[in-house]
Amino acid sequence: MTYEFLQHYWCFIVSLLGAILVFLLFVQGANSVASSLGYTEEGRRLVYNSTGRKWEFTFTTLVTFGGAFFASFPLFYSTSFGGAYWLWMLILFTFVLQAVSYEFQNKIGNFLGPKTFQFFLTLNGIFGPLLLGGAVATFFEGSNFIIEKNNMIDIGAMTPIISRWANASHGLDALLNPWVLVLGFAIVFLARTLGILYVMNNVNDEDIRSRGSVRLIGSAVPFLILFVAYLVHLLLKDGFAVSPEGVIFMEPFKYLHNLLDMWYLLLLLLIGVVLVLFGIGKTVLSKDYVGGIWPAGIGTVLTVLALLLTCAWNNTAYYPSTADLQSSLTLQNSCSSEFTLRTMFYVSFLVPFVLAYIVYCWYKIDAKKLDKDEIKTDHAY
Amino acid sequence: MHNILLNIDAGTIDWSRAQFALTAIYHWLFVPLTLGLAVIMGICETIYYKKGDEFWKLTAKFWQKLFGVNFAMGVATGIILEFEFGTNWSNYSWFVGDIFGAPLAVEGILAFFMESTFVAVMFFGWNKVSRGFHLAATWLTGLGATISAWWILVANAWMQYPVGCEFNPDTMRNEMVSFLDVALSPFAVDKFCHTVISAWIIGAMFVAAVSCWYLLKKREQRLAVESLKIAAIVGLVATVGAAATGHKSAQSVGEVQPMKLAAMEALYNGGTDQGLTAVAWVNPFCQPDYENESEAALKVEMPYALSFMATNDIHGFVPGVNDILNGYTKPDGTREPSVDEKIERGKLAIATLADYRKAKAEGADEATLKDQLSVLNENMPYFGYGYIRDKSEVVPFIPVNFWSFRIMVGLGCLFILYFLVLAIMAFRVPLLSTLTRRLFAAFFLIPETEVDGNDLTRLPAWHYWVPIVLLPLAYIASESGWLVAEFGRQPWTIQDMLPTWVAVSDLQSSSVIITFMLFLILFTTMLAVEINILLKQIKKGPQS
Repeated sequence: MTYEFLQHYWCFIVSLLGAILVFLLFVQGANSVASSLGYTEEGRRLVYNSTGRKWEFTFTTLVTFGGAFFASFPLFYSTSFGGAYWLWMLILFTFVLQAVSYEFQNKIGNFLGPKTFQFFLTLNGIFGPLLLGGAVATFFEGSNFIIEKNNMIDIGAMTPIISRWANASHGLDALLNPWVLVLGFAIVFLARTLGILYVMNNVNDEDIRSRGSVRLIGSAVPFLILFVAYLVHLLLKDGFAVSPEGVIFMEPFKYLHNLLDMWYLLLLLLIGVVLVLFGIGKTVLSKDYVGGIWPAGIGTVLTVLALLLTCAWNNTAYYPSTADLQSSLTLQNSCSSEFTLRTMFYVSFLVPFVLAYIVYCWYKIDAKKLDKDEIKTDHAY
Repeated sequence: MHNILLNIDAGTIDWSRAQFALTAIYHWLFVPLTLGLAVIMGICETIYYKKGDEFWKLTAKFWQKLFGVNFAMGVATGIILEFEFGTNWSNYSWFVGDIFGAPLAVEGILAFFMESTFVAVMFFGWNKVSRGFHLAATWLTGLGATISAWWILVANAWMQYPVGCEFNPDTMRNEMVSFLDVALSPFAVDKFCHTVISAWIIGAMFVAAVSCWYLLKKREQRLAVESLKIAAIVGLVATVGAAATGHKSAQSVGEVQPMKLAAMEALYNGGTDQGLTAVAWVNPFCQPDYENESEAALKVEMPYALSFMATNDIHGFVPGVNDILNGYTKPDGTREPSVDEKIERGKLAIATLADYRKAKAEGADEATLKDQLSVLNENMPYFGYGYIRDKSEVVPFIPVNFWSFRIMVGLGCLFILYFLVLAIMAFRVPLLSTLTRRLFAAFFLIPETEVDGNDLTRLPAWHYWVPIVLLPLAYIASESGWLVAEFGRQPWTIQDMLPTWVAVSDLQSSSVIITFMLFLILFTTMLAVEINILLKQIKKGPQS
């Protein structure tokens, strides 16, 4: 097991967590369309109660994604989080609002009223995916930072801080890049699409299911347009390549080359896209089919995983700097020591065990679909 | 070295510290109740599983309802803390991320998923899974929270006592060399035991307070009495356990953070046969003149107790603030350098590191690099001191440490007494019970009428008010413990390795002030909503 293998392995694990996180954003997506999907007060409660049984997974995956990134690529953690301060703070802020909203909204004693917390859920439902999508887009589009490790010991340095953002916006400048917004909104509409598919599967209510198949088109079409636009842009754009000596340079069609060099990622991407299209298409075309979340969800994980690995493997700088090309982060210059990666490699053997009990518990809880009776009689939000 | 530090906005450091303190303090309002209630509702459900009595199911569900309201706030406030290491302490994240990141990742994989998976089964699975599976889910929810506490306390303990790592001059960071040393550090074990056990006190006090409110109102009497009995046992075990683990923690602090111990005791000049300060006048608002005062004013002490607490020997040597600043000889004959000497050696380490990196970049010969590495390694234990401008900077703010420690210990003793009385009131132990009951009656701790009885529903009203009054004090004691732990480490983010002003991110103070205010407003509002919901839920009772 070489150091290089461990770097690629941990890149895979972090990317997988990121891909699962994007899939789990169905919670946010469903919340953002809860009022039109649920339509009545009771219908909205069904939607919130449906996503309310899964929100912890999204939240936990986000935290674990952060923790795994910290442990395996600490220079990314310090550069991106410390630099793009406002971008990450806004993301966290919307997730904090979400975390309390389920439990508080319909409890007696909630003096802010249920509408306040439903507004928070909608806010998180739109801005959570948008900002997370924007943050992911910076892996391809670049960010405005400079890294100088000698700052800590250089008497003549401007500051002892290693990573600095090169402008005062602290990450909000990313949202001025139209391609960042394109991917951000693609994730918003993807989350809504997955959210509708999930609720149609999880809630046993004819009204919601029939409205869902109509609303699905309204979210899936903009998603597909934005996604295809970004994919074409990505395949045609110059990418951030790394030479064997560690020098970073711009390479035309780098990401297209990456997909052609790593054919298995291209295959993964194609399978993923087909599965997403199948999940959406069959749900729209078939009146009785409500299982679209499964192919679309698996397809989302495969697609996002392929894209994230495309931006990091095959001698590519995964967190490029537009302010100073040589400050860009690569798997080699930003990772933890071999000892730490090796130790965490053994820890990662627990992941299948964790996944197994999650799947089992999910299966047990969802074995009986949520209906109107259940939210009247049991622990309900 | 001073030049590079002048370019950091002092406001950024102070506000970043304030923001971390704010979020940590808020988070710790919710976590101990989660840990404590998890035990109590687990016990209730276990009894239901064994007896099949619907009353215990109702009782377990009632405490789980309150657990759920509190749990959401714990989750919400917790996410900020993890990401703040990156957002506000970016230099820290790089400099020690190789070691510090691992416990956080393990926490996510092992603990958070366990919590989030089984808490859903606990709340929504009553009619969907078997009784045994549901019971397991309830205990696993608590276990997940406890494992989470383990890993975050491992990370915190490492900041107090960095072990299992080495500095790598080529990557300019500290790197892990022993995961077991980090994960099983004795400091971490002490911290975990003390922190988790003290959290059970909050859970027990909360249950006692709610139960006593019902007894005051003469409703839900069976639930109240049975819950009080459980709270009495959990509370008594926890308070005694917290005292024992606290003693062990204090010893650890004495060994690896003598300045913190000196600040906790306002011990300006140490020595052998040191007494533990019971009370003294230390102005809460300004740093005492420790250089010129021999000891705190109006000091009343328990002879030899500090020496015993710190060293397990009543004649043990305990250094004071001035001893640490000026250097002292340890009992084993070795000499601890003065802070000025450490500063000089730290500066030498930093300058040598700069020379080494420059020489390596210029392709210097092996012998030169080896010599430089030798000087660097010799002085590396004092690396952090190279960023210290004056020796007074390594003295934490004594009043906060002194008073927080006293509040924690004083209230802890009060809680032991309360749970002891409660346990004796709730359970009859042959002979012992009669003796102690008569003793307590003599001191008016229990009414004369209860010397030979054990009916918890017929006590004078003031008995029921006691836990209601003690509950906020339990929170104050718990937060005080954290104030001692964190203020006592100042000015270091990592003891002797990295002061706060080198650990911070490159941010304008205005940005941090805005986020601080946002979190203050948000968390305070949510806390108010949570308390109101909890009160209404309690008022509605278990049948709601």
